[in-house]
Amino acid sequence: MGVTKEGVESSLSSKLNPSHLEVIDTSGGCGASFAIEIVSAQFEGKRLLERHRMVNAALVEEMKEIHALSIKKALTPDQWKQQQESEKSQSTAQDASS
Amino acid sequence: PVRCLSAITPELKTTLDKVVTSHKVVLFMKGTKEFPQCGFSHTVVQILTSLNVPFETLNILENDVLRQGLKEYSNWPTFPQLYIDGEFFGGCDIAVEAYKSGQLQELLEKTLCS
Repeated sequence: MGVTKEGVESSLSSKLNPSHLEVIDTSGGCGASFAIEIVSAQFEGKRLLERHRMVNAALVEEMKEIHALSIKKALTPDQWKQQQESEKSQSTAQDASS
Repeated sequence: PVRCLSAITPELKTTLDKVVTSHKVVLFMKGTKEFPQCGFSHTVVQILTSLNVPFETLNILENDVLRQGLKEYSNWPTFPQLYIDGEFFGGCDIAVEAYKSGQLQELLEKTLCS
């Protein structure tokens, strides 16, 4: 038993309907520990604290066993797109200078 | 499903109300300011220290009633928990984001100068 990466993914997928989701198992074998990147239209118009509360609520069952949860990104699809584009343009700039 | 939510007594709630309003910045954490016992708690201590603001810390590892009660009081399942001006601000990830964007410094300046 225990919380798996797949379990966390399926709870988040069913409750927050994310357009992008990345769950990284950061436990290193010492118990359930995860880092999350999630993009969902349901975050629209919500402050970061509210978004994190939504993620915590979606994982209420899992949280009983999870030792550490790090929400690295909780973005709306628009913010995600912007961030991707700015990363892309940065890496292009780096390529050009190297 | 019916869930029993009773880790927090009215007395504990009154105490917590007092604690979070008696200091401008309160951090409920694992360990102490001097000896954080978890990387996430350590990170928030470092942030507050670098911003050079006075802050109070409480070690939740020493008090399980406090630890369980706070999860309900804040409606937040993990520690550390940062309170600013009597209001729950967030956990480690939120503190880091707000620190990077400058919003945390802005809020603290506003709070401490008021």
